Amino acid sequence: MALSIEDIKKVAHLARIEVSESDAAATLTKLTGILGLIEQMQAVDTTGIEPMSHSQDLSQRLRDDIVTKTNLRDEFQKNAPALGNGSTEPAVAGGLYLVPKVIE
Amino acid sequence: MMNSSPINLSLSQLGEMLQAKKISSVELTQTFLDRIQQYNPSINAYIALDEGKTLAQAKAADARIAAGNTAPLTGIPIAQKDIFCAKGWQTTCGSKMLANFIAPYDAHIITQFDAAGAVNLGKTNMDEFAMGSSNETSYFGGVKNPWSFDRVPGGSSGGSAAAVAARLCAAATGTDTGGSIRQPASLCGFTGLKPTYGAVSRFGMIAFASSLDQAGPMAKSAEDCALMMNVMAGFDERDSTSLNREKEDYTRDLNLPLQGLKVGLPKEYFAEGLDASVGKVIEAAIAEYKKLGAEIVDISLPNTGLSIPVYYVLAPAEASSNLSRYDGVRYGHRAAEYTDLMDMYNKSRAEGFGAEVKRRILIGTYVLSAGYYDAYYLKAQQIRRLIAQDFVEAFKKCDVIMGPAAPSTAFKAGEKVDDPVAMYLQDIYTISTNLAGLPGMSIPAGFAQSDDGVSLPVGLQIIGNYFDEARMLNVAHQYQQVTDWHERMPELVLPKEVK
Repeated sequence: MALSIEDIKKVAHLARIEVSESDAAATLTKLTGILGLIEQMQAVDTTGIEPMSHSQDLSQRLRDDIVTKTNLRDEFQKNAPALGNGSTEPAVAGGLYLVPKVIE
Repeated sequence: MMNSSPINLSLSQLGEMLQAKKISSVELTQTFLDRIQQYNPSINAYIALDEGKTLAQAKAADARIAAGNTAPLTGIPIAQKDIFCAKGWQTTCGSKMLANFIAPYDAHIITQFDAAGAVNLGKTNMDEFAMGSSNETSYFGGVKNPWSFDRVPGGSSGGSAAAVAARLCAAATGTDTGGSIRQPASLCGFTGLKPTYGAVSRFGMIAFASSLDQAGPMAKSAEDCALMMNVMAGFDERDSTSLNREKEDYTRDLNLPLQGLKVGLPKEYFAEGLDASVGKVIEAAIAEYKKLGAEIVDISLPNTGLSIPVYYVLAPAEASSNLSRYDGVRYGHRAAEYTDLMDMYNKSRAEGFGAEVKRRILIGTYVLSAGYYDAYYLKAQQIRRLIAQDFVEAFKKCDVIMGPAAPSTAFKAGEKVDDPVAMYLQDIYTISTNLAGLPGMSIPAGFAQSDDGVSLPVGLQIIGNYFDEARMLNVAHQYQQVTDWHERMPELVLPKEVK
């Protein structure tokens, strides 16, 4: 399956990574090489083989329904990025994180 | 103070000296801090250093020793790969994305080292988000191989590797998703162990590919790795894939004889792609094992070649999901200028991630996207089972598997950086054990001459069955009793100062 510039742009959009036109062209070359490597898999007959997602056959552990975590909000908010668009203030207010308005 | 330098001593020797008060933890720590100050500007093994924090821990360790409340690693300075959150420390994972991130809590292994009274010497350099085999993808610059400064130390745990090799720490931690402990151990000439998946908790370890990521020790000898494992391994409620097994003493089998040990040699590990000079060193190591009483068995791991394509579907797929958390909202890099929320995401991620990380996110997103899932992701998971089954069959015939850890010795910086596929082939002998979840290690086995006449270390890989770490460490330790490759230390030649 040959990749196109359009594919790169679509995947970049899905991954939320901005790519410029020149980046897209360079990325296309590199990704085509990597996909060429991956294509080797298609020569293998895998009919009836159960997919393996994990090396250990684990089931999800259950725990008692009690509070085990402490509130580290203030601690976590110290790592908030700068607001941006001219402001170097941390992107927090009243214990919340600030982002551009998404609901009119 | 002591007369000779403690930098080459084993962890147990250092422990004895500390407990006998022949040296204090503060003195020992200062010795390493002084070496770091001297050599790190050239080698670039450390990203973050904090003498105040480090020496405070050393003082606390001395108080603990004075009170007679010691554990085997109390007072010993350990370098931590910058993938582990350590409270109050800059924790970057080698990325611009996290350049300003101060960890608000400790990773499980950091808690374990603290409880043991070990000293955190600093955070070591690494490929960005552990994606690389040369340490060249780090936002904080490449790391020099202490054996030859124009070569790479391997990756992704390149900073820890250079720190161990150059004696800029007593021992270090690393993580191994596709070879990131074993390949640098081979290229820098020391002992590194990737444990069975689930043996060491991933809590507080920044995620790359969660079904493959595993932390392990990087040290001067198998015995040192066993002592590190005693601290690092163990069940942790906070990692859903941590295995609830009884605590074990990894030093327990070190002194067992190897008479009758069955060593499997996979023919695929000695085929095309292996440098002849590396192959020769591995053959000599196998001959040494024969002298120790091992029996050599020919085996086959027929799907070895497929491990790279499978890995480069599964690891990027998991990474694309894990790294979606970096959106510039709560922590990490946020673009300085943006128009709306979508633009903020797109720009923050475009600016915060380096080229290789972006490539892998894009590959991962592609193979998981509608219409391609069955052809890539599902197919890779099916072949992953074939690869794991190869090992099940092989271990019916042998106790451990041996071969090279990397196809070549350390290559020159810049040589493969523009060719991702060539870089990926560095991990041809290591990736399949991650896919199967098996433990693997690399130990120094000798030196090979490069084309330009430089003598460079070669690592012998030892792969064990699930939970066989103690046996593997025994196999490595016995070899280290009759050889001295692991005691060789590079002569560090600093570039002449320009006046």
